[in-house]
Amino acid sequence: MAERSIRVVVAKPGLDGHDRGAKIVARALRDAGFEVIYTGLHQTPEQIVATAVQEDADAIGLSVLSGAHNYLFKRVLDLLAEQGAGDIAVFGGGIIPPEDIAALKAMGVKELFTPGTSTQDIVRFVREHIRAAV
Amino acid sequence: MAEPERPAERPVRFESLSGIPLDPLYSPASLPGWSYDEKLGRPGEYPFTRGVYPTMYRGRLWTMRMFAGFGRPEDTNARFKYLLAQGQTGLSTAFDMPALMGYDADHPRSRGEVGKEGVSISTLDDFERLFADIPLGDVTTSMTINCTASVALAMYLAIAEKQGVAWDRVGGTMQNDMLKEFIAQKEWICPPDPAVRIVVDMIEFTAKHVPRFNPVSISGYHIREAGATAVQELAFTLADGLGYVEAAVTRGLDIDSFAPRLSFFFDIHNDFFEEIAKLRAARRVWARFMKERFGAKKPESMRLRTHTQTAGVSATAQQPLNNIARVALQALAAVLGGAQSLHTNSYDETWALPTEDAVTVALRTQQIIADESGVALTIDPLGGSYYLETLTDKMEAGALAYIGKIDAMGGMVRAIDAGYPQREIADAAYHNQLLEDRKEKVVVGVNKYVMDEERPINYLKIDAAVEHDQVQRVQRFKAARDMRRVERRLKQLADACRGRDNVMPVLVDAVKDYVSLGEVSDVYRQAFGLYREPIIF
Repeated sequence: MAERSIRVVVAKPGLDGHDRGAKIVARALRDAGFEVIYTGLHQTPEQIVATAVQEDADAIGLSVLSGAHNYLFKRVLDLLAEQGAGDIAVFGGGIIPPEDIAALKAMGVKELFTPGTSTQDIVRFVREHIRAAV
Repeated sequence: MAEPERPAERPVRFESLSGIPLDPLYSPASLPGWSYDEKLGRPGEYPFTRGVYPTMYRGRLWTMRMFAGFGRPEDTNARFKYLLAQGQTGLSTAFDMPALMGYDADHPRSRGEVGKEGVSISTLDDFERLFADIPLGDVTTSMTINCTASVALAMYLAIAEKQGVAWDRVGGTMQNDMLKEFIAQKEWICPPDPAVRIVVDMIEFTAKHVPRFNPVSISGYHIREAGATAVQELAFTLADGLGYVEAAVTRGLDIDSFAPRLSFFFDIHNDFFEEIAKLRAARRVWARFMKERFGAKKPESMRLRTHTQTAGVSATAQQPLNNIARVALQALAAVLGGAQSLHTNSYDETWALPTEDAVTVALRTQQIIADESGVALTIDPLGGSYYLETLTDKMEAGALAYIGKIDAMGGMVRAIDAGYPQREIADAAYHNQLLEDRKEKVVVGVNKYVMDEERPINYLKIDAAVEHDQVQRVQRFKAARDMRRVERRLKQLADACRGRDNVMPVLVDAVKDYVSLGEVSDVYRQAFGLYREPIIF
């Protein structure tokens, strides 16, 4: 039987409206053959985790350009763990300084993409590091 | 006879950043039937292509207005004073995301965001600290705030009163462009129809009571930053402007009573000539619409005055000092395009809000253009260039084609409901990304001339104590209010929202009784409902 395709929730947590990157990434992943659910803007971590669990997602891609990344990534990871959904991989991108990237990865964020990243790099990451749940 | 063989050209795309194909050379043959009087005219005269004032920068330079805001109100107040001391001539305020979305600092949805992307504001107490010791009768202030702009205007007028400055001496600009929020910047509370009603309330109120204030800054900036082309930016911005004018005229306002105070805000991106052409075309198209569609009589009503800002989206996180060169070229284009006001981005803004050092270089860039380069010594110095005039005509034609489509949909609000501008922009953004990914569009330092190891730059960090301090202070402040007065004002506001009265007089009284920005926004949420965006990607 063919493997189920990888399902990714692309999400915009927080209050800012910078969605150019999130939409481009969502579209690039969709064009690469993944199943993509884009949440739209202004999502709370609770809403994002609920969407990911409900949609049986394999990964969540968070886009944060508001400077609130430390709070938002941690909250999403904590909520996933609380709900026994720690197998859903979390990656992301945005304006995130190097020392915060190191701290977030240590916390369990799989990968963080900063401005200037090509969509091929993000597609390659999902292809190589995200597995569809069986 | 065979054509003489053309020398080979470089293997690059000979097209503008908006995709307009470019000829190797422009000449009189590029402009058949072109008439100087019809297309250009004199500066300060219809159709204003060469500039909105007769003397332009020979009379007065553009306003150097650097956007600033972060942390606590007193942090931003200190930056304001620094910028004024460095020769800046106007203030421009950045608010944080909670303020822009209608939440007080102590709301749960504000967690992690207080003072991060701008200054934290909840009550009049914060506004007073933000503008402490700044003479509001002498300095004009621009405020980048939209769905809560009505609250910011009320607070600004309340503190002007406290300073003893009469409202008719208060000058400044509210961004207050809700249509582009739904299209691009995406900070909203309620749906487009009530959002536009509040905008028109503000247009009506300022026309009567605060005549030096620009109640709307019709903004292409965010449309461009969301990934639009220059043509789309021009078209959607002008269509938004037509939307407000239509709504105000429908309410019964005389076009010449408010149109002179409509202002604009455009992005200035990398393509030097295209951006100059965009500003020139914007003036010409707007003048024609105001005169021909709305029957404006006063020349001031036909004049498109614009703020400009260099393109944040063009800045790179890689080799950030390169951004100084980009900003200088973009700023030069803004000036050659005849802008009234300019913000130059700082080179470190792809990392964080700018440091004082970075802001200083950005401001000095404008001062070098103004005082050293000589470009401000004559009016519209590139006017008459075969290339520039051709591009100006093409920008105009491209914008008119889009505006025609939007008119056919029933105007911008209906086009937004249909997701039309949102989809056009998403498509353009994706197309541009693919060009960059394939290296068909060069981004220096990112897909060409890449350096492996880069020196880290010093960037601004917002102290975590800011959020804690602001939350504590707002809670203490709210607890000390006369709650009976607060409740009464909220009830009056809800009545105004549900009826047809202008909300502004009630709001000014409400903020003086320390009703907060979040409380006003809650009234809007209850009276008008929440906006839900169509998901388009």
